[in-house]
Order: sequence, then structure tokens, then C-alpha cells
Amino acid sequence: MIELRNITKRFGSVLANDKVSIVVKPGTIHAIVGENGAGKSTAMRIAYGFYKADSGEILIDGQVQIISTPHDAIALGVGMVHQHFMLVETMTVAENIVLGAEPGNAAALDLTKASADIQKLSEEFKLAVNPNAVVEHLSVGQQQRVELLKALYRHARLLILDEPTAVLTPQEVEEFFAILRRMREQGKTVVIITHKLSEVLAISDEVTVMRDGRVVGQVQTKDTNAAELARLMVGREVLLRVEKPDADVGVTALSVRNLTVTHADGNKRLDNISFEVHKGEILGIAGVEGNGQTELIEALAGLVAASLLSGEMRLEGRDVTRLDARARREIGIAHIPEDRHRRGLLLDFSLSENSILGVHHRPGLLSYGGVVLNDKAIRKRADQIIADFDVRPANQDLPARALSGGNQQKLIIGREFDLRPKLLLVSQPTRGVDIGAIEFIHRKLVALRDDGCAVLLISAELEEVTALSDRLLIIHEGKIVGDVDPKVATIEEIGLLMTGSTKH
Amino acid sequence: MIFLRQLLFPLIAVIAAFIVGGILILLIGDNPIEAYRLLLGSALSWPDGIGYTLFYATPLIFTGLAVLVAFRCGLLNIGAEGQLYVGAFATAWVGISLAGMSAWFLVPLCFLAAIVAGGAWGAIPGILKARFGSHEVINTIMLNFIAVALCSYFTQYHYKNPGPIMETTAIGSGAHVARLGKFIPGLPERIPVNLAFLIALLCCLLVYLFLWRTKWGYELRATGSNPSAAEYGGISIRKQIIIAMTISGSLAGMVGINEVLGYRYRYYDGFSDNYGFTGIAVALLGRNHPVGVIVAALLFAVLQRGGIHVDGFSEYVTKDIVQVLQGTIILFVAAEAFFSGSFSKFGLLKRAKV
Repeated sequence: MIELRNITKRFGSVLANDKVSIVVKPGTIHAIVGENGAGKSTAMRIAYGFYKADSGEILIDGQVQIISTPHDAIALGVGMVHQHFMLVETMTVAENIVLGAEPGNAAALDLTKASADIQKLSEEFKLAVNPNAVVEHLSVGQQQRVELLKALYRHARLLILDEPTAVLTPQEVEEFFAILRRMREQGKTVVIITHKLSEVLAISDEVTVMRDGRVVGQVQTKDTNAAELARLMVGREVLLRVEKPDADVGVTALSVRNLTVTHADGNKRLDNISFEVHKGEILGIAGVEGNGQTELIEALAGLVAASLLSGEMRLEGRDVTRLDARARREIGIAHIPEDRHRRGLLLDFSLSENSILGVHHRPGLLSYGGVVLNDKAIRKRADQIIADFDVRPANQDLPARALSGGNQQKLIIGREFDLRPKLLLVSQPTRGVDIGAIEFIHRKLVALRDDGCAVLLISAELEEVTALSDRLLIIHEGKIVGDVDPKVATIEEIGLLMTGSTKH
Repeated sequence: MIFLRQLLFPLIAVIAAFIVGGILILLIGDNPIEAYRLLLGSALSWPDGIGYTLFYATPLIFTGLAVLVAFRCGLLNIGAEGQLYVGAFATAWVGISLAGMSAWFLVPLCFLAAIVAGGAWGAIPGILKARFGSHEVINTIMLNFIAVALCSYFTQYHYKNPGPIMETTAIGSGAHVARLGKFIPGLPERIPVNLAFLIALLCCLLVYLFLWRTKWGYELRATGSNPSAAEYGGISIRKQIIIAMTISGSLAGMVGINEVLGYRYRYYDGFSDNYGFTGIAVALLGRNHPVGVIVAALLFAVLQRGGIHVDGFSEYVTKDIVQVLQGTIILFVAAEAFFSGSFSKFGLLKRAKV
């Protein structure tokens, strides 16, 4: 169907694709896996005409084609669904789908015809969406279907999907895979970019593995397994499971009573939540993103305005509800935020400047009466963090922006661990982090727990949260809807609770 | 390496502006090389050229620093113009009211007046933003009009020097700041460059130390770089906004030291040649760094001083060519945003999920 031949692409001094050759056979589901920065998206964006390759050629149905814009790609039957949906939220499904390819003549938009066409398409592929619904009212899973329909409406024969399951619940993932299989039956070809090995094994026919801009393997899915794929991706043996001894649970560290966070629009984002975290345990919170996890962690970190908040938070018996972010850090609450670019880092600042964020006012890092930054002390501490947490490149004068996601995350984790916290709030610790670093971060979190720290872990990766947690709460629409033992509960049970089903 | 890259774009902008200006002069029918020789020659002649160039550079260093400090906190202070008027009038007011006082007390008091008044005027939009979230650009622009009108009012109805000129009565001689000619042989004292120039240089050093060497500067810059992360780090964004705008206003207000205490010895209505607005260009060209601000202020001062001579001696080219050059420089510097935009896109690509 599509073939990339010796595609090379440079961004400045970075070789993003180095003689990449991928053959995708028609009527198959083809997975492209690799760590962040391996060049997966770049290769596919070249195929879709987003970037122009420096050299190499693209063949479609055996013919060499010049694809210089997405328009060319669409004309050749190539569609792409991006990780972040490109939908106009205030428009209806039908309007979104026809946008840029409107039926009717130049003056009048024939939405009736559009609706009928869409209805037909969605029946053909069993993509149940109401064409007249407004997009902002749809769930993420439904929005994704709209994106698929958008591509199908433009007669795409090849669909490129960039990390399509990142935003879905386990149940939605199952439905989504069913859709993909149906599309394959109808003769469509699907390319799925992902880093989740379990999904690769579940859905694909063939796998291409990329590392450092090169293709390091193309194998039949039935002939491979997760361990082999991980080894190809990382270039060494990887421990996929989290090894941890049983928790040595101590006394209550954090107790939360009747915590409610009301949004400025009057909606309750957290509704009367109560729970406890003990010393020496990792309490996981699972849930579909956007169900109050962000509000919970920010409320605990002191980043939610007091006027929006009610309830009580205590650390080791001390009421911390009224303390601001700085005061909470001072009494031992560390926070690894979910969005490291927005919250966690000053991207234009150097690593050493980033390493003191939050503790920059501590006397140990200052001189001359606690006013002037003590360069020597700061550099020493930064070097220590960089060494302990294997931040690469180990040059504290580099801006944080220059680091990969995994190394940025390691810097943040190092900074927060250095506080020797009593309570660690950690959200999405391994999002956008490559497999090698994930293993490292998981080990560090378990080690902190074993030192007696209470850890509150929020993650959208169900596998991560079940593997790391000693106890698991499930959150749905701002309420805690389940309390399970992750060693006993199945993924299906947890997934069901995440959707708000009250079977439990 | 990083330092050189920082220098590259302003340099290209200036060279490109001179080329564009040259083409323009050619089109008008004059010789660009001759015109530029005249411009630079007159601005860098000793003692008049250099003396006046340094004098013109002084207010631009202050306003450039003012814009810089606000910008480092993520704020755009368009109100340096108003802040410098308020500062100048306040220093004149103290100089007039306490005219009999000895210089030992009067000069510091006059300095303080300029700093406090400018700072207070700058703090207003800061507080409005911190408290109500109203945008500082709108408020600083509006406050410019109010400042100019207020100063005119007090000049006209309370401190007017009799005669046709809109100016106040003279300040006491104890408030005078010495001209550099007093200390430098060969520089006549009629040239108004005064100690305020050295104070401006000192302020550059202080601003540098404050922003990059103290915890307060760290908090201010962190707020400007990423307010969400600053908040996460326990920094009060509201407090930083007010602090930055106050310091910014104080620096702008210090223009009054140069103008009132060192040059006219009175408040002169409408004295500012858009120093506050040129300060934005100075900060931009100077890459929002104190050293850059000095260089950029000197460049703009050269153009201003040289322009007067081009006007007088060249047949077709008028002083307006200076405005063309300034405008083109700003245009090219602003165009860098486009270049760095594509660079940052590259940065994003590197981090994007591949």
C-alpha cells in the first residue's frame, strides 16, 4: 500500500530519520513502535506531507509519489489522525467532518447530503456517532471516531493513527480495536504509532521497530513478544515488570476529609472526597483523565485558591488546609506535577536554576544574609541531583528545554526527592518518558516508599498504577467510586469502575 | 557561543537597517556613504558629538532598563513615558520646594522623589493587574495620558515660571547634579551630559545583580518565564507583578535626574522625546539584558545626535532618515521572532512524541 524508501530527515543537527524504509502491506494493521524521539511520528508526518524528506522516496501502490502537502496525501488516499484531535469543538460532527471538503456548490453547503453520507459511512464501519451532535459534548472516544470518519469521508484507504489509545479507557480501547479490525475487513490499511507493547501485540499484523531515527526491525506480530520488542526499542534487556517487596505500611501520613473543589464555573471537580495515605505505601488513583485527578493533586499541593476549596487536609495530624504552596513544601510535601512543561520546569532556565525551584529561598542555597544566590552551593546540589538521577546530558548549564522528556522528568524527580518528603504527590510520572527511564523512575518511587515516605500516585497508565500501587482508589467525575487491592483486582474490573459503572 | 548568537541578530538587524536606509537615500538622490559618514562623524566627534550622544543615551538606558525589568517578569510596560514624567516632575517639585537646603540633603531627596514617584506610578498598573487581572498594556498607556496631563496642570497652575514657556521655576542650586565636563578635561560644561549617565550605568549593574544573582530576581524571572511553574515553586505571581512594575517605574522615573537635576534645572513641559517608547526598542534590541541595553541606547543616541547634523548639511536627506533607520532596526529585530519562532518549532519537534 505505502512504502517509505530510504527516507532521511534532519532537523538542524539532529538526524530524525536515517534511511528509514518501511513497507506497509495493503489490508493490514501495521504498528510502528519506538521510544520518544525514535523518529516514528517524523516518518509518518513525511508520509502525510507535513514535512519534506531530505532524501528518499515514497511509493503508493508501487508508484513513486511526491507528497509535499497533506492535501496531496489525502488525494492519494492517505489520512492521518493526530494525537491531539483537530476538531472545532463548537461545530457539529457533520460540520467537522466536511470541513475543507464541503459538498454542494461554492455558495451553498449541502449539510443534508453530508449527514446522509456520514450516516452511511458510520453504518458501514459501525462507528456510531450522531452527525448532528456538537463535538464538545462528545466523549473523547466519540471524538476519535469523528476523526476517523473525517479521514474515511475523504476516501482514505490508508489511515495513520498517532498514539490513538493514549486518551481512552480500557473499554474504549477494546471498542476502538474492534473498529480497526472492521476497517481492515473492509480493505483499509491502518498504520498505528504507539509505544504500548501490549496493544501492538493485540491489534497489529506487522510491527516496525524504530530506534534513534533508524528502523531496527520489521517483524510479523505473531512471531514476536513483548520482551523482544522492548529489547529492540531500547537496545538492551528491559525489566517490564515492577519488582517490589510488600509494603511496610506505617501510620497515617496524609488524611483528607470531605475535600471538595468547585470550579469557577460552579461545577464540582472534586466532590466530597475522603481518604488516607499511610507512611510506606503507594496509594494509586486510577481514572480516566479529567475526572478530578488534576484538581486533587493541585489541592493537596496548595495550588488551588482557598475560595474554591472546602474540606480538610492533614499531614501527620497537622492541618495544612490553609497553607500555601511554599509552606506545604517546607513541611515535607513534594510534588511531581502531571505536566512538566507547564508546571514543573522553567524551560528557558538552566538545569541548575531549575534544580532550586521551590527551595530557592532556603538559607543553605543563599549567602549574604539570605539574599544572594549561593552559586557554589547551588551547583554542588545540582550536580548531585544530576548524578543521582542520571540526568543526561549531565551539564547543568544547559537550558531544560534541551533535554529529552525522560531526562526532564528525572531532573524534577531528583529535585523533589531531594526535599526528603514525608508525602510525595506524583502525577503521570512516566508520561512521554522512554522505557529505559520508566524502569528507573519506577525503581526510585518504590525505593522512596521503602524509606517510609507516603506516596500518592496518579497515572492514566492503568498498567503503571496497578503495578506500583499498594492500594488503589478509582476516581470518576470527582468522586471516589472504588477502593481495590491492585494485586487482586483485574484490569476489567478497574476499567469498569473508571467508567462510573457501580457494579462493584 | 550562546553569547555570540545573542549578538548576531541585533547586529544583523542594525546592518540591514543601514542597508535599507542607504537604498532609500540613494533613491532620494543623495550619496548614502556621504550621509552616513556625516551622521556617524558628527555623533562621534569630540567633544560635542560624544558629549551629546552620551547625554541622549542616558534617558534611553533608564527607560530601556525599565522595560527590561517588566519584560523579565512577563509584563509589557508601555508606561515608561508617563512614569518618567511623573518622576521628573516630582524631583523638580522637591528641588523647588526645598530650594534652600544644602546639596548633601537635597540631592538624595530629589533622587528619592524621582524614584518613589516613578515607582508609584508604575505600581498602579501592577496592582490593577495583580488584583483584578486588568491588562498592563492598556493601563500603562492610559496612565501615560494622565501623567502628562497632570504634570502640565501643576506646571501651568502651581509652579509656572512667568513667561511664554511652559516650564516651572528653577530648582535650588543645591539640587544640581554636576555635569561631566567638570571632571573631564576638554569636555566643556555647556554640554549637558552629567552624572546621571554614570548613575544609569550603575543601575545597569544593579539590575543585572538583582535579576541574576538574588533570590528576588530569580522569583521575578521565574514568574516571567513560566508563571504556572513559578506558582508551583511557591512564588506569589501577584507579588512579583507588583514588584516588577514598581522597579520598572522607578527606573523610568530616574530619567528626571538627567533631565531636571542635570540639564534644565527645572521641569520643562513635554521634555521627553518619546524616551519611554524608544526604551521599548532599546530593550528589544538589547535582548532584554542590561549590557545590551547600554549598547542599544548608545546606538539610538548616535542616530539621534547624528540626525541633527544630517538635517543641516545634506541637501535632500533630512532628520527623518533617523526615524527610518530606527523603525527599520525595530522591524528587523522584531523579525527575529520569526526566526527564533522556527527555532523553537525545531525545539518542539525534538520533544514531540515520535
